[in-house]
Amino acid sequence: MIAPALFADGVTVEARERAILRDVSFSLDHGERVALIGPNGAGKSTLLRVLAGILRPAAGRVLLDDVPIATFDRSEVAKRLAVVPQQTALPFSMRVEEVVALGRLPHEAALRGARPSDRAAVAAAIDRVGLGHLMGRDARELSLGERQLVLLALAVAQAAPVLLLDEPTVHLDLRHQVEAMELLCDLNERDGTALVAVLHDLGLAAHFFPRLVIIEHGRIIADGPPAEILTDERIRETFGVEPALVRLAAGVNGG
Amino acid sequence: MTTTPVPAGARRRAVIATPTRLGRAGWLAVAGVVSLMVVLVGGIVLGSVDLAPSTTVAILAKRFLGLDLGLAWAPTAEAIVIDLRLPRVLTAMVVGTGLAVAGATFQALLRNPLADPYVLGTASGAALGAAIAVLIPVRTLFLQFGLVNTLAFVGAILSVTVVYKLSRKSSLSPLTSLLLTGYAVGSLLSAGLAMAMYLSGTGLRQIFSFLLGGFDGTSWARLAVAAPLIIGGTIAILLRARALNGFLLGEEAAAHLGVDVKRERVILIALASLVTAAGVAVAGLIGFVGLVVPHFVRMLVGPNARLVLPISALFGASLLAAADVVARMLGGVPVGVVTAIIGAPFFLLLLRRARTGYEL
Repeated sequence: MIAPALFADGVTVEARERAILRDVSFSLDHGERVALIGPNGAGKSTLLRVLAGILRPAAGRVLLDDVPIATFDRSEVAKRLAVVPQQTALPFSMRVEEVVALGRLPHEAALRGARPSDRAAVAAAIDRVGLGHLMGRDARELSLGERQLVLLALAVAQAAPVLLLDEPTVHLDLRHQVEAMELLCDLNERDGTALVAVLHDLGLAAHFFPRLVIIEHGRIIADGPPAEILTDERIRETFGVEPALVRLAAGVNGG
Repeated sequence: MTTTPVPAGARRRAVIATPTRLGRAGWLAVAGVVSLMVVLVGGIVLGSVDLAPSTTVAILAKRFLGLDLGLAWAPTAEAIVIDLRLPRVLTAMVVGTGLAVAGATFQALLRNPLADPYVLGTASGAALGAAIAVLIPVRTLFLQFGLVNTLAFVGAILSVTVVYKLSRKSSLSPLTSLLLTGYAVGSLLSAGLAMAMYLSGTGLRQIFSFLLGGFDGTSWARLAVAAPLIIGGTIAILLRARALNGFLLGEEAAAHLGVDVKRERVILIALASLVTAAGVAVAGLIGFVGLVVPHFVRMLVGPNARLVLPISALFGASLLAAADVVARMLGGVPVGVVTAIIGAPFFLLLLRRARTGYEL
């Protein structure tokens, strides 16, 4: 049996005596794509940070390619796993392509800097995310949505086999939300990139992801195909909305 | 997925955009080297004693290349060139290099455009150390340095260490905590400095001359002690440009990009502080070089540390050596006064030309 790409084994995270994640186990196969959903404060982003190896759990462990992630060098992790970072204020004026080029850092030789192959990867990522028209612009002058796409391109340029995304579409308009989702599916299906995306839009999640994981109060309460786990009862109980609102967008006839 | 249609010009720009900045960086590097040469010659030729440029060149050619250019000169001329002006210009260049690189490092690491080499308490630590040295009636030499220089170095290193250790006890984010702790400790040390100055009596002028900075006491022997620290530290920082680039998007993003954040942060702070402390010990507190030069360079070539650090080093060296020449021409005005008079208006000009406001 092939080991999963990423495996969280009984992970517990506590902050100030309060458990944020309790005994969470989660496995991501090579080439799989999963949406993490759940109400605010459920622990989705925390799980993502644990999976990325930058938050060490109080109990449990995370395996990347069957090796404890804590034993890897950070640069080795970054070659195998990319994260679309959350919005950050840039301290200095920086061009869009310069931000995207930061995705190549883990591949750069310490002394030589970017090679032609790195520049090609940056150009390809910019093209793929559809940011060609923003080249040369100061990234700080862009809209929130455009900046989100720039960070997505950065992670695409990083070209890691596992990609983690924390609410990658939150600032995007409807058309760009769908396009971003299509890009993720393309990365997953054509390049075989394994994905974990934290999403708030249940409709998008159900439509574009074959597997959903629902987190509530720091526990995984359901894990499976949208049609099976996104029942009317669950949508009412966990998310506190009328199922019709979600169904309309998703076009899923489950429940 | 089919990407959004790319406008016709976009791809062509894609190819051109990066080389433009790289090309500009190349020109800037050439300009930096040329200005360094000009300042080197100017710094040796100009001074309170008039020496013809030809004589100066002949002395240098004789001494370093063994060439006899057929000119005669007085022995005092040779002493002025070789023992006074040359080490002085070189010291100013080395210190300028260190301050510019340390400033660029702190700005990138702390993600704060207002950061300078002194931001984590080096300046106030050094100042207090120097003031205490003036108050102590002991006169001793340590590696060719007086007690003032030695205690300034020790004070700078101690205060950064204290700031770093204290900042780790805070629950704020590491960078915010470093900046605020640096400010708090700096204020405390400044109070100590004020007290020392109040008590110093006739030593006040000596403390002041340290605070304003200058290269009057330079010698080959002192340069030989300071240069390895500053140049070594600078090279070590240049070798960590990749990590410094990772910090541009913040510490968490840096970790995602493969930077060992905790390790790199402490190494970079230690190196930049070492370089700063060595510079301060030699030349006193010289402001603005470490703040202005990295901004100037970044505005032209972007924030990539691989370009910003070496080009800042070149221009920091030229700027400080040139400022020292100006200071000498004006009859011994403290160099720190000259850099502030050149630096502050220049900085204001940069701020006006910056297209977007700095976000703090």
